[in-house]
Amino acid sequence: MSQEELLKGLRRTVEQALKAPYYKKKLAEVGIHYPADIQTLEDFQRIPLTEKEDLRQNYPFGLFAEPMEKIVRVHASSGTTGKPTVVGYTREDLKLWATIVANHLTRAGVTANDVIHIAYGYGLFTGGMGLHGGSEELGALTIPVSGGNTQRQLMIMRDFGSTVLCCTPSYALFLAESLEEAGISKEELKLRVGIFGAEPWTDKMRDEIEARLGLRALDIYGLSETMGPGVSMECLKCKGLHIDEHFYPEILDENGNVLPEGQPGELVLTSLGKMGFPGLRYRTKDLTSISYGSCVCGHTGWTMRRISGRVDDMLIIRGVNVFPSQIEEAILSVGGIEPHYLIIVDRENNLDTLEVLVEVNAQSFTDEIRELEQLQERLLSKIEDITGITVKVRLVEPKSIPRSEGKAKRVDDKRKGKIF
Amino acid sequence: MMQLSIFLENAKGRLADALNLLAELDVNIRALSLADTKDYGVLRIMVENPEEVADKLRERNCVVKLTPVWVLKVPDSPGGLAGVLNELVDEGVIVEYMYAFVEKANEQAQVVLRVRDSAVMQAAVDKLKLQ
Repeated sequence: MSQEELLKGLRRTVEQALKAPYYKKKLAEVGIHYPADIQTLEDFQRIPLTEKEDLRQNYPFGLFAEPMEKIVRVHASSGTTGKPTVVGYTREDLKLWATIVANHLTRAGVTANDVIHIAYGYGLFTGGMGLHGGSEELGALTIPVSGGNTQRQLMIMRDFGSTVLCCTPSYALFLAESLEEAGISKEELKLRVGIFGAEPWTDKMRDEIEARLGLRALDIYGLSETMGPGVSMECLKCKGLHIDEHFYPEILDENGNVLPEGQPGELVLTSLGKMGFPGLRYRTKDLTSISYGSCVCGHTGWTMRRISGRVDDMLIIRGVNVFPSQIEEAILSVGGIEPHYLIIVDRENNLDTLEVLVEVNAQSFTDEIRELEQLQERLLSKIEDITGITVKVRLVEPKSIPRSEGKAKRVDDKRKGKIF
Repeated sequence: MMQLSIFLENAKGRLADALNLLAELDVNIRALSLADTKDYGVLRIMVENPEEVADKLRERNCVVKLTPVWVLKVPDSPGGLAGVLNELVDEGVIVEYMYAFVEKANEQAQVVLRVRDSAVMQAAVDKLKLQ
């Protein structure tokens, strides 16, 4: 794409964004009133970044750039507290999304003859529906099996002859283990490609999944705020994730300066050609680096490395985004509890676990076990309601959670350094 | 009477730590019961001057609670406790938990009772003339 084409695309996104009063005001503050005010990339870089907080302030539909009758679907992801971040799609956006995903699938050697087994969750989360649209666009046989019910997954995989498996990498490992337990060999299956994302993983994990499931494991990346899965994906070469041409990536340092090609920093994405929710310089909070070039798979443009970490404290638990602030909010809402807590994240049998240690205090302590158990139960259901994941809650003695000067250590992620 | 309850994590040495602390504070435990779950336990004890001991424990960062309980003398013979309990149940007393101890001085059996409704218990104790 030439610089002129890129600027034209960026101007179109700015034009869409300006339809939302919030953006109109925000852009006016930096002297951008019309799309034509963007004549160079430097002009574009003056545009303030969009964050989850901007979506929260405009909850639920305030940043949509098209009238509601044009919006045909919404998706949502975790907010840092309480309310989720909501995005909207027009019919054209869904078509575009499906095409983007289908193009990635094609570069991964997937064709209309494949049987695509989609074990990502279907729902407000973009994973299931995102891959689904791409799979149908490609013309493959699409199995919308969604997440969970592992025994049924195995049966369908074998009986329907699934050739492409889409799920989180940790669930892929869990499926591999379940297959072995069920006495089904990988030769009985027809799997050949895996499309795994929604959580960070490593090349060692790739090797393990490939060996146990007998497929080529590819990384896919995306987030609802910029569209969903399909922002980027590996081709069979596995030399980085090719960013689709409908996204303009920038890498920023901690001061918000745009970094040159190859330098690691935070990925900021602008969607090109999206109507419902334009996605203008959205801070992904994911750390990576990008490079420009061509690949034998046919992709020309930006390619990003695997995500190496996060700028913030967001956790990804079984593919679900969880913020410590959500858990704090849940604890405080129960009442009588001080926000002294520690989140312990671990991985057991390839599945992420999350346990919250909460300090008992003079106010919440009762000497009747039944009442303590009720307290534990109230904490549990509140945290599960807010985060949407299954957790464990353990009551601990006061002052037993280490205090630190300044920023408290809220998370002990034991998965770090663990391969599986 | 007031019973002292201490929250304990279910971890190696925690009970010993708590008992060491009580020894250090020169507290004589007259009766003791331990309620436990998978993750934590509650140590319930009867001591002299429970309010004073509770304050000292709080200074040492223990989570402590004073709970009103009843201490009843029961005949130290087969069926002694059952007899008293049956009478209380007939009077509508609901027992939350209970534990027994023997007073050394006079070899007298005693039970510590935590009941749901103190007023019902008071009426029962008065009516049955329990000690």
